[in-house]
Amino acid sequence: MGDLETLAAILIATLRAGTPLVFAAIGELVVERAGVLNLGVEGMMLVGAVTGFVVVIATGSPTAGIVAATAAGAALAALFALVALTLRANQVATGLALTILGIGASAFIGLDHVGTPISGIAPVLLGLDPLFYLSLALVAAVAWFLARTRAGLVLRAVGDSHDVAHAMGYRVLVIRHLAVLFGGASAGLAGGYLSLVYTPLWVEGMTAGRGWIALALVVFAAWRPARVLVGAYLFGGVTIAGLHAQAAGLAVPPQLLAMLPYLATIAVLVVIARARWRARLDAPAALGRTFDPPT
Amino acid sequence: MRLVKLVLAAFALGASAAPAAAQQAPLKVGFVYVSPVSDAGWTFQHETGRRALQGAFGDRIQTSFVENVAEGADAERVIRQLAAAGNRVVFTTSFGYMNPTIRVAAQFPDTIFMHATGYRRAKNVGTYLARFEEGRYLTGMVAGRASRSNVVGYVAAFPIPEVVRGINGFTLGLRATNPKAEVRVIWTSSWYDPGKEREAAEALIAQGADVLTHHTDSTAVVQTAEERGIAAIGYHSDMSKYGPKAHLTAATHHWGKYYERVVAAVLDGKWQSDDVWGGIKDGMIDIAPYGAAVPEDVRRLVDARKADIAAGRFNIFQGPIKDQDGKERIAAGSVMAEKDQLAFDWYVEGVIGKLPK
Repeated sequence: MGDLETLAAILIATLRAGTPLVFAAIGELVVERAGVLNLGVEGMMLVGAVTGFVVVIATGSPTAGIVAATAAGAALAALFALVALTLRANQVATGLALTILGIGASAFIGLDHVGTPISGIAPVLLGLDPLFYLSLALVAAVAWFLARTRAGLVLRAVGDSHDVAHAMGYRVLVIRHLAVLFGGASAGLAGGYLSLVYTPLWVEGMTAGRGWIALALVVFAAWRPARVLVGAYLFGGVTIAGLHAQAAGLAVPPQLLAMLPYLATIAVLVVIARARWRARLDAPAALGRTFDPPT
Repeated sequence: MRLVKLVLAAFALGASAAPAAAQQAPLKVGFVYVSPVSDAGWTFQHETGRRALQGAFGDRIQTSFVENVAEGADAERVIRQLAAAGNRVVFTTSFGYMNPTIRVAAQFPDTIFMHATGYRRAKNVGTYLARFEEGRYLTGMVAGRASRSNVVGYVAAFPIPEVVRGINGFTLGLRATNPKAEVRVIWTSSWYDPGKEREAAEALIAQGADVLTHHTDSTAVVQTAEERGIAAIGYHSDMSKYGPKAHLTAATHHWGKYYERVVAAVLDGKWQSDDVWGGIKDGMIDIAPYGAAVPEDVRRLVDARKADIAAGRFNIFQGPIKDQDGKERIAAGSVMAEKDQLAFDWYVEGVIGKLPK
């Protein structure tokens, strides 16, 4: 096989590896822009993955599977919204609980389907599948929405100061609910991509930490949609390049490569922990703070 | 869930057979599995063994299992529960159960514990392991004759002696039928990440591999080979249903006969703690039925070698064996010492790349 073909294979594999991260991270980006921190991405991805998979087995339709995965992610996010927004529980604790719930629930739902073969969604253009192109469109749409629309401006206002937004007459909780549902739907789609396109296979815990990488990516991207793309393909690329280097017989310690995405994340977290840098990075000021509507 | 059902079924059985079985209560035997049973893989092979055991002894024994038990604190709780529930024999089937098993065994001196793949024993704790690499060697022979590009891809989890032994066994078999063939290894640093296993398989295909095998727990590698129209060799279980065209054979594990021997010894009061390392000879290791793509002469060749191994006429780690640098490590006429096999930390000739340390 020629060098050019190898390069193309690496490139396509990188884009594929990055796509679930793009879906999950762009959803969480909108959630965080609205001032909500939902740490349940991993759990929502898993529930999306298993639901999509079970629906494909039942109906044979990949489209139905993708829709179901999206809906399942949104359903779990609705639970988060109920507990953390309506009932005003701590967001961090609720998000962590959501991950644990998602891991357990997906394992339970998928119990009889572990390893069942299905035919996945095939590539349509340049060796890439339709969902990859959808992920690009979604990032463009979110970027346009946040930067160019009035609704996007309101959402960012809610994320920066819910009290001010409230005083101006915006319905903070409604907007945050919608943002959380969007984030859940995207995470569900990310899971569906893993179980229906990427592998295509259901096994317990198959997200293997990608939900956490997506969370880190949002920070890494400094809450900017275009940078999510860069970050996702960078993370995907490091993994894929490492595998190809090994296959080519180069001595790359696999443990080091497995560690890299998290190392990058820690570096970014250290940077944003400094208040001055954080402001420059444009972090949502009300991120993770509970909104108590004045009565 | 399933455990509850099983226990209930066993009760129902016991109730109906009460007058006949009044002379002796059935011996209770428990199993602990690290992953869900599913229908292929490490745990599935142990579950197949449990079913064979139950079938062989009928209502003289009563077996049950707990699946998907994480290694660590959870495992200790489950093992203790099984012992407290009156199981006379408890099989703990994952390496990470070693210390929990030893701890619980100290508290239940009258219960017999059998730990798979470990090295710590006690008066009431035995260990057992299979020579997976004997199956690897035979599947390597099949791969050697199937490869046209002379590049075979191997997706592996962690560079521990057990996995390295498998790679070396496979490579020795591969080169026995095709001295020009080489093995390229990708480490995924995970037993279980189907996404990464698939990407690793794709990377190996891009490097020219036309036969793939794996030492990871999912079926992703076999499925990838099927989709890409190349050949694959499964592991743990017959994986032909995941790659009807690609699947040439698989190195498979069979625990049923061994479990029957252990339980028979317990029932006769003859059980003693020991360490068993069984292979093809003991019925613990085999290869899956050949796929349609494997020619008749290859089947005959491999079957003959299997018979030689079973009869003790051939040892897969007999010399001469060279390492990657061409240095002779095992001289002609001698066999690698078992303790060296258990600590394998070098690649044989034919494996490309450096072994991560």
